[in-house]
Amino acid sequence: MTSRRRFLAVVGGALAASQATAQLDPNIQALRRAALAKAIQKVTEGKPMRTGKVKLQVPPLIDNGNTVPLSVAVDSPMTATDHVKAIHVFTEKNPQPYVLSAYLGPRAGRASISTRARIADTGQVIAIAQLSDGSFWQDSVSVVVTLSACLEDGLI
Amino acid sequence: MARVAITAPSRAKKGEVIEIKTLAAHVMENGFRRTQEGTLIPRDIITQFACTYNGVEVFRAELYPAMAANPLIAFTTVAAESGTLEFKWTGDNGYSATQSVTLTVT
Repeated sequence: MTSRRRFLAVVGGALAASQATAQLDPNIQALRRAALAKAIQKVTEGKPMRTGKVKLQVPPLIDNGNTVPLSVAVDSPMTATDHVKAIHVFTEKNPQPYVLSAYLGPRAGRASISTRARIADTGQVIAIAQLSDGSFWQDSVSVVVTLSACLEDGLI
Repeated sequence: MARVAITAPSRAKKGEVIEIKTLAAHVMENGFRRTQEGTLIPRDIITQFACTYNGVEVFRAELYPAMAANPLIAFTTVAAESGTLEFKWTGDNGYSATQSVTLTVT
C-alpha cells in the first residue's frame, strides 16, 4: 500500500516536472533581443543604420495581435541609380524576429509596401530599408498589444 | 485548391505608378502553436512571393511565420508596356499558387 509520504513525493515530482516543461526560458527576453540583433546583423552585415527616410506605420495600440496592418514607405526617387533594394520588417518580441523581406527595384516606381503581420507582445516593430548605394535606414515604432498572437487556445 | 485574389487596375497610362494588392487564402500555421494534447502543430506557411511583369521580376518577398493568416501583400509598379503580370506564391508542403492579370497601357 502506498504511504502518504510516498504518494506526496510521487505527485509532487510529477507536478514539478509538468511545470518545468510549461515554463518559458527565464532568459527569454535576452534570447529574443539577441535573435533580433543577429537578424539585423545578417541584413546589414555590420554596416551602420541611420534613422530617417523610412516611415513605418503600425497602429500604436493593437487589440488583436493576429492581424496587424502595417505599411512601410521609403523616401526615394526610385530611379535606376538611386532606389530601394530591399525592405525588411522585424519585431522584437516574437519567437522569431522576421516578419517580411521585400525586394524591389527601380520598376516599383514608389517604395511603399503594406501587409499584415502577427505580433506576439508589446514591444518594438522595426523596418529597415537597404538603398542601392549600400546605405541602411531604419524606423521603429513601439506598439502595445492587448491580445497576443501565438497564444490563442491550445497553447499552454 | 489554392485560392488567391489580385486587385490591380486593368488599364493605366504609360509611366503611371499602379498599386497591386495580392491576397492568398492560407492558414499560415506558424509552427509554435500546440494542440490541446500538447503536440506541436507543424509549420505550414507560404515562404516566397514573386511578381513578374512580362517575364521580368519586379517584386519579390520572403514570408515568415509572423505574417498573418491569408497574407496580404500590397506593392507598386510602373506601367511600362501592355502585357501580363504574373504572381506566384510558394510555400511549405509543396504549396504553389499562380495567378495572372492583364494590363493595358495607353
